[in-house]
Amino acid sequence: MSASTAVTADQNRAPGFWQSTNGKKAVMAVTGAIMFLFIIGHVAGNLQIFEGPDKLNAYGHFLHSIGEILWVVRVVLIASVILHITATVQLALRNKAARPVGYSRKQAINSSYASRTMYWSGPIVLVFIIFHLLQFTAGYIHPGSQFIEGDVYHNVVAGFQVWWVSVWYIFAVSLLGLHLRHGIWSAFQSIGYNHPRHTPLLKKAALIIALLITLGYISIPISVLLGLVK
Amino acid sequence: MKLTLKIWRQKSRNDKGQFVTYTMNDVNPEMSMLECLDVLNETLIEKGEEPVAFEHDCREGICGSCGFMINGVAHGPERATTVCQLTMRHFKDGQELVIEPWRAKAFPQIKDLVVDRRAFDRIIASGGYVSISTGNATDGNTHLIGKDTSDRAMDAAACIGCGACVAACPNASAALFTGAKIAHLGILPQGKPEQDRRARGMVAQLNTEPFGSCTNIGECTGACPKEIPLEVISVMNRDYIRASWKKRDDDVRTVRPVTDWSLSSKP
Repeated sequence: MSASTAVTADQNRAPGFWQSTNGKKAVMAVTGAIMFLFIIGHVAGNLQIFEGPDKLNAYGHFLHSIGEILWVVRVVLIASVILHITATVQLALRNKAARPVGYSRKQAINSSYASRTMYWSGPIVLVFIIFHLLQFTAGYIHPGSQFIEGDVYHNVVAGFQVWWVSVWYIFAVSLLGLHLRHGIWSAFQSIGYNHPRHTPLLKKAALIIALLITLGYISIPISVLLGLVK
Repeated sequence: MKLTLKIWRQKSRNDKGQFVTYTMNDVNPEMSMLECLDVLNETLIEKGEEPVAFEHDCREGICGSCGFMINGVAHGPERATTVCQLTMRHFKDGQELVIEPWRAKAFPQIKDLVVDRRAFDRIIASGGYVSISTGNATDGNTHLIGKDTSDRAMDAAACIGCGACVAACPNASAALFTGAKIAHLGILPQGKPEQDRRARGMVAQLNTEPFGSCTNIGECTGACPKEIPLEVISVMNRDYIRASWKKRDDDVRTVRPVTDWSLSSKP
């Protein structure tokens, strides 16, 4: 480093890609997209419940039969979740520190409800996913009935017949929908894609996709509660 | 018209600061917000009190000096308007206006409504320019630039650096400001040769300053008096990601944020 003169202030190394807020957001976009693909695949698989117990249970067996590939998918998903959350927590702490003295009055004039509640919808969905895995994958928490390994159809129907399990599921999946409504288009912005003609369409598509995914998921507990699936 | 102004008063950075309420009984609806403060300050000076400090220069909405929060909105309720261009007729008779400065760690308080925005200068200095050879001015139309390209660059170049984007952002992020500069120069042929280095340099300085991160929510563009589109942030992200991928060495350096007025002597 050259000797500092009157005009050169202290020179420091530039923050690396992961150290920069922009880099972290790009990582969040990519990991979010991976988790989004899982969400699409998961809802498509789950909706087979409407085709009867044999079909759904066969699908469950198929997933377990692919062995190594299933674990590859799981590792990628877990890594995505960890990176997504690590980046969020680090950015949230930075954002909080960026305004030590708050406003006495602050009005939101241009942002969507979904975008302002990402910090709430994210953690609640995380808690839900842990609960959901303990209930339907591990079978540790299975109120109201016995968890039967391999009988996916029975586990789902028996699980959702407990009213609070269904209500909690519907609530959490609705928040997931809100999260996606902002996340789907925001991911494109974070990796550098915005176009005056395409982005408005993308925002509409994000809303419709989030709505379809939410409706797809919550149709299952609602059908169970109404007795349409037993 | 009658107005109640609840204004943030703070003697210096280390002073705690508080809201002081002033009642104004004969506000001319044709006055601008700054002229309203001028009138208030005259009455304060006559009474022997300290006038309200605020920044201003051109008073025609193009210099970027002025700006404060009015009732929780940067530059007040009118879209695409700086406080110097905001006329009092937009307020209701008898209304209370809560006026406070931009609040961000990267914009330390100086006095009353004045904050230190030198963080923006350091971001500009880290790449917000085009290097040209000195000598004779080049002939006009040497670079042929399409109308659509020049329009896009001009939309981004409209940024006056007032800081409303940082003030309006819940995270106090300067993404819109930095994006506007990167987009404005990077879109044009004159700025292309330094596009990668500019993106890395300016993003590095942006992240060295204590600004928050962008969450793509769009409050900044709503508050921006020049209506800079959110698109410029994606241009910054694209340029930065591409430049980070292509870089061959870590040649970019940042400048340590300086928030004191003088390093040697006390003011």
